[in-house]
Amino acid sequence: MDPIIILQAGVASGTVLLFATLGEVLAERSGVLNLGVEGMMLIGAMTGFSVTIATGNPWLGVLAAMLAAGLVSQIHAFITITLQADQVVSGLALTFVGTGISLVLGEGLSKAGTVSLMPNFSIPLLSAIPILGPIFFTNQSVLVYIGYLMVPLAWYYINRTRPGLHLRAVGEYPSAADALGINVFRLRYAYVFVGGMLAGLGGATISLAVAPGWFSELTTGGQGWIAVGLVIFAQWDPIRAAVGSYAFGALRRLILDIQGPLVLFGFKNPFYYNSSLGFFLQMLPYAFTVIVLVIGSREAIRKRLGAPAALGNPYIRGERGK
Amino acid sequence: MKKIFQGDWFSQLIDGLLPVFATLLALLVGAVFLLMLRVNPLEAYAALWDGAFGSTNALAETLVKATPLLLVSLGICISFRGDMINIGGEGQMIVGALLATWLGLTFTNLPGWLVIVMAMVAGFIGGAIWGGIPGLLKAYFRVNEILSTVMMNAIAVQLMNFLLRDLLIDPSQAKLASKIPQTARLAEIFRLPRLAPTRLHLGALIAVLLAILVYILLWRTTLGYRIRSVGQNVYAALYAGIKVKRYMVLSLLLSGAFAGLAGAVQVYGVNYRMITDGSASGFTGSAGFNGIVVALFGQLHPLWSIPASILFGALLVGANTMQRAVQVPSALVTAINGLVVVFVVSSEIWRRRRQRHRLAHAKQDETSSPVDTKKVDPIESDS
Repeated sequence: MDPIIILQAGVASGTVLLFATLGEVLAERSGVLNLGVEGMMLIGAMTGFSVTIATGNPWLGVLAAMLAAGLVSQIHAFITITLQADQVVSGLALTFVGTGISLVLGEGLSKAGTVSLMPNFSIPLLSAIPILGPIFFTNQSVLVYIGYLMVPLAWYYINRTRPGLHLRAVGEYPSAADALGINVFRLRYAYVFVGGMLAGLGGATISLAVAPGWFSELTTGGQGWIAVGLVIFAQWDPIRAAVGSYAFGALRRLILDIQGPLVLFGFKNPFYYNSSLGFFLQMLPYAFTVIVLVIGSREAIRKRLGAPAALGNPYIRGERGK
Repeated sequence: MKKIFQGDWFSQLIDGLLPVFATLLALLVGAVFLLMLRVNPLEAYAALWDGAFGSTNALAETLVKATPLLLVSLGICISFRGDMINIGGEGQMIVGALLATWLGLTFTNLPGWLVIVMAMVAGFIGGAIWGGIPGLLKAYFRVNEILSTVMMNAIAVQLMNFLLRDLLIDPSQAKLASKIPQTARLAEIFRLPRLAPTRLHLGALIAVLLAILVYILLWRTTLGYRIRSVGQNVYAALYAGIKVKRYMVLSLLLSGAFAGLAGAVQVYGVNYRMITDGSASGFTGSAGFNGIVVALFGQLHPLWSIPASILFGALLVGANTMQRAVQVPSALVTAINGLVVVFVVSSEIWRRRRQRHRLAHAKQDETSSPVDTKKVDPIESDS
């Protein structure tokens, strides 16, 4: 059990969560809560895999995955932004729709065999850095590197650019944004679409890089829900989202490794000799999420967390106090 | 002539029929999907109808499937009325079923009726614990209940995976090398009695009786009134001296309890044992999620949940027949379920718009109608 290998694999599997979480951060920053992440990820994983089979080109697969999930997210956008319906209910419905569609279209896909995956490579100079090099820059998928670039970009975009300012305004104080001539409805549609595309990218990252293949709903295995939780942990900040995603990825990987035949502090590993106990390890990420939420929310009482003020509220033009 | 169409009864009729239109619309979209898969939608839907209502056995199967849906949806009615979103039905069903199964396998020398009653109570308690924890976390730590109930689902699944391979494993499986993760079968006297020479069991009757009880609870008791007050306006409820936190916990706890009962009924009425394929839906058949759909479809009214659960039970049973008849994955019904919800929530805006119109004319006072009270004033936007 080499910690470097665990962290290296953790970064790879954390990239899945990173994309989905970043997408949800952007959507929620504009004031729209989308609980359909799991469904959109499944759409992305299924589309990415099947398009790659059909064309032999994983890049086309990734592109198709992002487009498909983005389009599905527009159902949610229409219901919550135009029709002003309840965001929680609509997001849940989106999960059903996404899961159902991807299972129907993905039928038989699990026997499709291998496809050409997204390429892995090492970055020349950076991979020579001790410890950090092997973890972050050696033999990772190109999608992992795209993830690295996306974090500072997203942070800069939200906090330092004019469109980012508009985004925050729409999520914090939509009627003020509206008065300034910002089109609240159009921006919210756009960011729900971006959120969907990134969730689809997360899904495609699973089926084309991290755990290649299509295994019906076990492909995502609830990671979409974890991403929704990570957004709260991250306090709607891309950098904290990255930290949370990679930590979670490493935890998931550690749980797999800890069940191997190793000796811990001179004791025989109980998880190896009684494999049933491993199920308690598999509870850890979820229990951990709950604990993180408890800690995160206590802090929230002091700092008010930084949640977009208009999150979850439909914007209705001309209504006071919205 | 104009007056007839502005009449109150006409508007209410339209309101009542909206879910039906929504279902038809969803089936229409499903038909487009079927055409894309090169399947004749008429043939597919005929098979679906036949599988759900075509014979006595088919009807009984529909009702058997509707039973857990109805029980879960009753709980959802309670929690959503209290503005607590419970997505943990799957986990609550599993924990309720685990506790009930353990009881039936442990107290083998007690009389049958006593064990059945104890098991139902155990299911109720198991689900209550699993729903109560997110309730406590929400009330005292402001942890978003949507997320904590989902996490509790995953934890319950792993608990089931462990117990069915270890402490509760069928002794005959423990000896075999294959070790299928399942419990032993319950003794015959512990099984819920059947109602007809079909698989329909007493659980269906229990569920209908409980639907009436939940209606009484919500609209005829102080407890229900307080739960609904907290759901409608937390600040008003606080001002009225209602201990808001207590009722937040209670509504999720009760909600979980009904899902737990659904789990126990599933074991004692249908499967007579627990067996897992490693996922939640293997045991629950996704009733924990679909119960939410049923409750929303019934406009969060326990009595409307009865026909709604039969409709969705029929969709689920019919989906299997459809799969066999025209080779379409039964997961299509999952998508159709989602579309039904999409159309139901979308139709809300027309109802609201008409209501505003009516209020503007101020002809007479509106009778309070169920769904529009939700989310008027959400306070948990920052938790």
